[in-house]
Amino acid sequence: MSTTSAEIKPGKASLLYDPKIRGYVYQFALLAVVGFLIWSAASNAIENLRAQKIASGFGFWHNAAGFDINQKLIPFSASGSTYGQAFWVGLLNTLLVASIGIVLATFLGFFVGVARLSSNWIVSKLAMIYVEVIRNLPLLLQLFFWYNAVLKPLPNPRQSIELPAGFLLNNRGLYVPDPQFGPGGNLIIWALLIGLVATFVFRSWARKQQAATGKQYPIGLVALGLIIVLPLLVYFATGRPITFVYPELAGFNLRGGIQIFPEFVALLVGLTTYTAGFIAEVVRAGILAVSKGQTEAANALGLRAGPTLKLVVIPQAMRVIIPPLTSNYLNLTKNSSLAVAIGYPDLVQVFTGTVLNQTGQAVEVVAITMAVYLTISLVTSFFMNIYNKRMALVER
Amino acid sequence: MKKFMAAAVAGLGFALAAASAQAQAPQTLTQVKSRGILNCGSNTGLAGFGVPDGQGNWAGLDVDYCRAIAAAIFNDPTKVKFIPLSAKDRFTALQSGEVDVLVRNSTWTMSRDTALGLLFTGVNYYDGQGFLVRKKLGVNSALQLNGASVCTQQGTTTELNLADFFRANNLKYEVVAFASADETVKAYDSGRCDAFTTDASGLYAERLKLTAPDDHMVLPEIISKEPLGPSTRNNDGQWFGLIKWVHYAMLNAEELGVTKANVDEMLKSSNPEIKRLLGTEGKFGESVGLTADWAYRIVKHVGNYGESFEKNVGQGSLLKIARGQNALWTKGGLQYAPPVR
Repeated sequence: MSTTSAEIKPGKASLLYDPKIRGYVYQFALLAVVGFLIWSAASNAIENLRAQKIASGFGFWHNAAGFDINQKLIPFSASGSTYGQAFWVGLLNTLLVASIGIVLATFLGFFVGVARLSSNWIVSKLAMIYVEVIRNLPLLLQLFFWYNAVLKPLPNPRQSIELPAGFLLNNRGLYVPDPQFGPGGNLIIWALLIGLVATFVFRSWARKQQAATGKQYPIGLVALGLIIVLPLLVYFATGRPITFVYPELAGFNLRGGIQIFPEFVALLVGLTTYTAGFIAEVVRAGILAVSKGQTEAANALGLRAGPTLKLVVIPQAMRVIIPPLTSNYLNLTKNSSLAVAIGYPDLVQVFTGTVLNQTGQAVEVVAITMAVYLTISLVTSFFMNIYNKRMALVER
Repeated sequence: MKKFMAAAVAGLGFALAAASAQAQAPQTLTQVKSRGILNCGSNTGLAGFGVPDGQGNWAGLDVDYCRAIAAAIFNDPTKVKFIPLSAKDRFTALQSGEVDVLVRNSTWTMSRDTALGLLFTGVNYYDGQGFLVRKKLGVNSALQLNGASVCTQQGTTTELNLADFFRANNLKYEVVAFASADETVKAYDSGRCDAFTTDASGLYAERLKLTAPDDHMVLPEIISKEPLGPSTRNNDGQWFGLIKWVHYAMLNAEELGVTKANVDEMLKSSNPEIKRLLGTEGKFGESVGLTADWAYRIVKHVGNYGESFEKNVGQGSLLKIARGQNALWTKGGLQYAPPVR
């Protein structure tokens, strides 16, 4: 009897039957299989590239590119620039359209999401139609729509549409006067920066005061003064040092001014409106997730509809909104690669398009591009997770 | 756990199979024969070179080349599957084995012939790059295009020549590059660009797609050499030779006056060159893995080079392109084939 009970005692079983050891063994085996698969795929690729006499390696990075790109945030020219520089031009173009798109889509999405819950019948139905139409059409189709149906019918440069303040619009894009800073021009930028910082400091001070004493300060008016009036005063005090170079017709195209390309506008508008449709639904879900009692309690305390939404409902809704909002930001960034269809020189168009074709090194180019998108997505997620932690419900 | 172990073993087996499958050199001809059909990389639609009609029948100079290959192998010019490829995707498709041969008005350049793992087999059309502009711009030379917006297709030699031309002549320009030929032409047609550039033969073909072809003109300058020809992977000498000699057979047939109509009579010819070409003397086709009558099959089903040229891009077509550099060497052109012997 005593022997049998001793056998059943846990902890004395042989290593073979120890669940912990077994777990480690299986994990290790799985890791080894995955590692072997990756290794064999890589060595297989290398061997086959060699057998087919296809150049491999990353030496192409420093080779002369020999092609031009129209929209570039850093200097790039066919003479002297390398494939590596073409990569950076493409990456910056991707980041430009994605970052502006994220900001605009967030504003538009919140606006539409709140509008959909409006008690005004027309407003809520319009928001509903927007969401349903935008969400249910393929994005690629929408990009073609914005590019071909909206932007292309614009007049040619010789018949540009003249907009106020020297803006010109034609089928080559929107031309904006180019500001030139004369002596003292830097001071205006400094004034603007100081105004922004001062506004921020004042706002947090005013909030603390309000929390402590209940006294409210005119934050809006002070911000207006600091951000707009202060730089304006400096502008006049330094003798109006900013001049504008206005776009004008020279030969085929307009010369001077900043050109905003129609491909960029079409992609930005397409991505913004599309993603805003999804964000609107995320926002609506978040607001509906906040118990109705919160609104009623706020009303009972005498808050009007605006402050109720701003101070009571949205802060609580944010906890529900942020995680799906992050995935929409990631989607927008990834969807920006559809730029290739309408000729916007983003990373995919420039790098996996022209560079891949000119060098023929598909494996390297595609691997780099995938690594870049992965990095962008992980970085975005990282910051959104930090924000999420700050907003999350603190349990006591 | 059993399931897991089975999956792990399957994974290992898969990896080993993938690694070992590449051991022996691929025999493209054997693969094509056992598949029973030739996979031919072609244009997505360029009139005169490779374009499907309403019923899905492909026609063009490059298409005839593929049909000639199929005729030589299978004695049946219809055993071709045309796989439309954009300029951007074409070489990757050939490298990865998705197509057996790429006959898609592709320019033969040094880097493509060396670093890409490809071999160009020859030149079936000598071309050069030009510009298409609107007549109402009042431009009659490419040198007057300073400051113009130019639409082009990305991943082409065109894109590179364009940069060279404007740089060499100190002209400013703005390039708008699209992934597909259709998008490029559409953008030009809608006024996004002042000029559209591609190979001259392509300009004549694409002009027909515009809403008002007569409002547009091709500028006289030819700014580059564009030797267009088929390419194969650089790992199969026999297949490379076969593709090359299909073109030479069509050229030799034209030079010797062998046509689709008279090829049967020519079998009785006493001219030794014709006898060697058509296989009534010697078995030259066997050296590239074909039968002795390989060239007879090509001419019988597809015709000689001159016939194919006139039918697709010459006087028998909408394009009406003159033979020019593509005439035989005996007529002042560049098309020259080594003899069959």
